[in-house]
Amino acid sequence: MSEISTIPAIAMHGVSVAALRDPLLTVVADVNWSVAPGEFWVIAGQEQSGKSDLLMLAAGLMLPAVGECQIFGREPEVFGEAEPAERQRVGFVFQGGHLFNQLTLTENVALPLRYAQNLSGAEAAKPVAALLELFELTSLADVTPANLAANWRQRAALARALILQPEVLLLDNPLAGLNPRHRQWWLNFLEQLGRGHEFFGGRPLTLAVTTDDLHLWRQPSRKFAALHAGKFFPLGSWDDENFSRHPAVKDLLFAPNENKI
Amino acid sequence: MRGNLAKAFEWTNTQVIRSAPLPKSYTDYLGHKLFLFLLTVQGLGAFALITLGVLLKKSGVAHSVMQPRIRHEISRAGVALLPMFLFVALALGFVVVGQTVSALAKFGQINFLGSTMVIVIVRELGPLLAAMLVLARVGTAHVIELGTARALGEVEALEVLGIDPVHYLIVPRVIGMALGIFSLTVYLIIGALASGYLFAFLQDVPLRPMDYLKQIAGALNWLDFALLALKTVAFGFFIAIVTCYHGLAQPLRLEDVSRVAVRAVTQGVIVCVLIDAVFIVLYLVT
Repeated sequence: MSEISTIPAIAMHGVSVAALRDPLLTVVADVNWSVAPGEFWVIAGQEQSGKSDLLMLAAGLMLPAVGECQIFGREPEVFGEAEPAERQRVGFVFQGGHLFNQLTLTENVALPLRYAQNLSGAEAAKPVAALLELFELTSLADVTPANLAANWRQRAALARALILQPEVLLLDNPLAGLNPRHRQWWLNFLEQLGRGHEFFGGRPLTLAVTTDDLHLWRQPSRKFAALHAGKFFPLGSWDDENFSRHPAVKDLLFAPNENKI
Repeated sequence: MRGNLAKAFEWTNTQVIRSAPLPKSYTDYLGHKLFLFLLTVQGLGAFALITLGVLLKKSGVAHSVMQPRIRHEISRAGVALLPMFLFVALALGFVVVGQTVSALAKFGQINFLGSTMVIVIVRELGPLLAAMLVLARVGTAHVIELGTARALGEVEALEVLGIDPVHYLIVPRVIGMALGIFSLTVYLIIGALASGYLFAFLQDVPLRPMDYLKQIAGALNWLDFALLALKTVAFGFFIAIVTCYHGLAQPLRLEDVSRVAVRAVTQGVIVCVLIDAVFIVLYLVT
């Protein structure tokens, strides 16, 4: 436990982030960011500011173009050869879910568990059913993602990311396109995860979310950062003196918000 | 895992070369095309080695998930194509075998029937036709499925869940296609030889079934069986590699999928012809 508390969950030093679809294009430069275990980070940025690419780098999906990125004190490239357990310490929820379209919701949620622990469908059924119930997805268990509303797809993606009980959860714009009821459910649920949800043994999760609307994430205990003009700016907490003065924050507080429709 | 997957494409980074302006002179143009060809060969070779490595290294990993996937791919590239192959075997028998038998009988050269059938059907037409049909029916589906999965971000989703995309997506397809083409080739050869005799019989060719069988069996040796197995497995492995490489090993957008599918099928045909050429040399040497 002491090791977990001293090693940053994510640490970036002088990192340049390349675009996933074009490794020659740098979208964010000079990122110096350290996420301690148990912290809740909100990274705000406009469309195409590199939020998703930064988060994918933090998850070990990409290597930095320049600089050093460590996850639990290890270089992500080591993950390729490491035991899968190493990678499973980091969960990731994509914007839109990125569920597997040919699988039902149950199969989607069960897949990481079955693959990691070599379980049959029947063996994985119990924990999957319990998780689906927690996420109010039981009635949709046999539906394929194409036949689901975006609100439920996103929730199923969260269930899939949590089935292996990761220590760090990275969420790429999780509230985008959700209706107000679902949005409130997400905010409450993530808050509980940050404090330690009883379903997951009460252990607080380290969380990092990206957003294009800072208002929704207003909370004194959270830490904020902004992506602006290709740079990464740590902003501190919401109540910090310099927070609202930063030019990036002004843009993000007054950005048109499609989620409010 | 992503590193492994991306290496095959990113090492060569053919996107950069492809987007470069075309050279103006013919020799430069030829050089540009040759360079692209060599980069593709390098990318395919790297992807094939990575897949082979994963296939061997992770043979026992997550078998409760992988076995149903492998069974599904064998069914798709083998069992599901049986009706079509029965039709093609009949057609091949009537068109090639039957006509050859009746022509040899007409010229009194029926003694050459066995060796002619072995060269034409067992060594060449059977495996090549089976490979082309599986490439058309299943290979194109591979490119489209994997290309769409890549464009929709499913590959990245697999990686963050700790699932090796090469193991989960490619290995079952490679095994399914290798076993599928091998089995279908055997069915195609048997079907073509049988229907060919039927056609000759209907044309009143004076050849008894036992003589026909004896001639063919006499012309076959153990090397034909061994090389037939090797050749069909090689066809299956490389068709799967080419189609999966184009579908998976490069970042795609949805609008790229159809273009990539055409390129994969073209390269699949070229690879099959090259493998066939290698085996012709082997037959000649042995």
